[in-house]
Amino acid sequence: MRNARLVFFGWFLNLKMMMRSAFNGVLSVVWPMFFATTAFFMYRAGHDQHTLLFASLGASVMGIWSATSTSASSVLQRERRHGTLELMAAAPANFALVLLPISVAMTTVGLYSMIATLLWGHFVFGIEMHLVHPLLFVLAVPVTIASVGALGFLLSVACVRYRSAWALGNALEYPVWLICGFLVPLALLPAWVGPLSWILAPTFGVRAIREAALGGSPLGDLLAAAGLGAAYFATGVALAEVVLRSARRTAALALS
Amino acid sequence: MSWSLRVFFVGGLLSYRALFNWLTPWILIPTFLVAPIFQILLFAYIGRSAHLQSDEFYVVGNALQYTSLPCLFAMANMLADERWSQTLGILLSSPASRLALFLGRSLPVVLNGALVGAFGFVAGSLLLHVHIPASAFAPLALVIVVTAVSCTGLGLVNGAIGLRVRESAVSSNILFGVLLVVCGVNVPLDELPGWLEAIGRGLPLTHGIQAARELTDGARLGDVWSLVATEAFIGVVWGVLGCVLLRVLEVESRRRATLETA
Repeated sequence: MRNARLVFFGWFLNLKMMMRSAFNGVLSVVWPMFFATTAFFMYRAGHDQHTLLFASLGASVMGIWSATSTSASSVLQRERRHGTLELMAAAPANFALVLLPISVAMTTVGLYSMIATLLWGHFVFGIEMHLVHPLLFVLAVPVTIASVGALGFLLSVACVRYRSAWALGNALEYPVWLICGFLVPLALLPAWVGPLSWILAPTFGVRAIREAALGGSPLGDLLAAAGLGAAYFATGVALAEVVLRSARRTAALALS
Repeated sequence: MSWSLRVFFVGGLLSYRALFNWLTPWILIPTFLVAPIFQILLFAYIGRSAHLQSDEFYVVGNALQYTSLPCLFAMANMLADERWSQTLGILLSSPASRLALFLGRSLPVVLNGALVGAFGFVAGSLLLHVHIPASAFAPLALVIVVTAVSCTGLGLVNGAIGLRVRESAVSSNILFGVLLVVCGVNVPLDELPGWLEAIGRGLPLTHGIQAARELTDGARLGDVWSLVATEAFIGVVWGVLGCVLLRVLEVESRRRATLETA
């Protein structure tokens, strides 16, 4: 119960902070829309309504990853700069449970981007969206957000020794958009990309959202996204322990 | 005069080295080498999926568009980092020529932008097997440099905005996104609504990209000379606007004592 309270209030307070930041709150919504708009123009010029619909759903999920990749990779650096990293590490609560809600809050900001992109596609590009499985769609969105948040959590822990981790997060933005099939069908990519995309939860998240919206059976993809999210979380918890112990032993928490 | 030249060259170089803070491989490689490659690949594959244009179209467009990244961000960071390190007031209270001060800072940025663009061209062409005729190498290099100068002109305006807006990273990203949409980077200009096309024609990149595409299709430098000149002219106009804006906002900041509070 105490852990659930910690995660909930951690998520809520961080979300409030981020929504007041021009970088996290405004840019996270606007930035993916430039790419979505370009993709919409490209698919519209191709005169294929089905691919435009396909791109619209994928583009809406782009914002969830964008909001996560740069911010999550630099979250510990941000806490370090604020002078709160030591307090977080010294708190009796599990370090992973302090960190997880921050990543999930970043991902939640992406929800605004998702809604904005769907509305943008509808009102500006006339993309009509009829949800075939509305309930599954409503289920697929939070599962995708949670699994991407868990990936962000793993990324933030993995980057703890990398002072310029935001640059890595930036660089990961396009590759994930590409190899997870956000805007391009995976079948178009080289075969060796397939196994890479299977270890990334956004692949299954975006596929589940598409199948729930356009028709299909999204349950398998939903389970895969949830399973990968749980695996990221477990790995992140184990890694956080190792990293924290190492930083304490070498007194390097504030230095790296 | 010699003092102004010193401010221009030495001041510009020191400012770039000290304030840009991107001169570490941990930032340079992901930002200037990895990201452009994946942007080129992303749009080339979208293009294949949409059956719109050839890979060459996207290599040229996105490589040149990445020229603008250092130009926009560095020019904005130029002032934002001064503010962050609490030296903006000292800098702007110095009697140094503002023209030498700001244009000197833009010189290394132009070089940086041109190198990023050239890298995008080479890497994108190799990865997507795009053939660029050897005769186009030298004219393309010229187009890349002119485009970098032109984008730095817009970067000066962005830098001036930094005297008013604290979050310069936001304005830089937004300008980068606008260039992506309206300059014919991935969408042929005639596929854009008329008003967006008109905006694109007034921004840096558009004519540079057109010139580069014609050169890779086998045109000679003489054939695209007017496009290159237009790109340079647009860059100069934006640069002059940026210098004027910097001066106006500096005076305004002094009058209102808002230099550190923006």
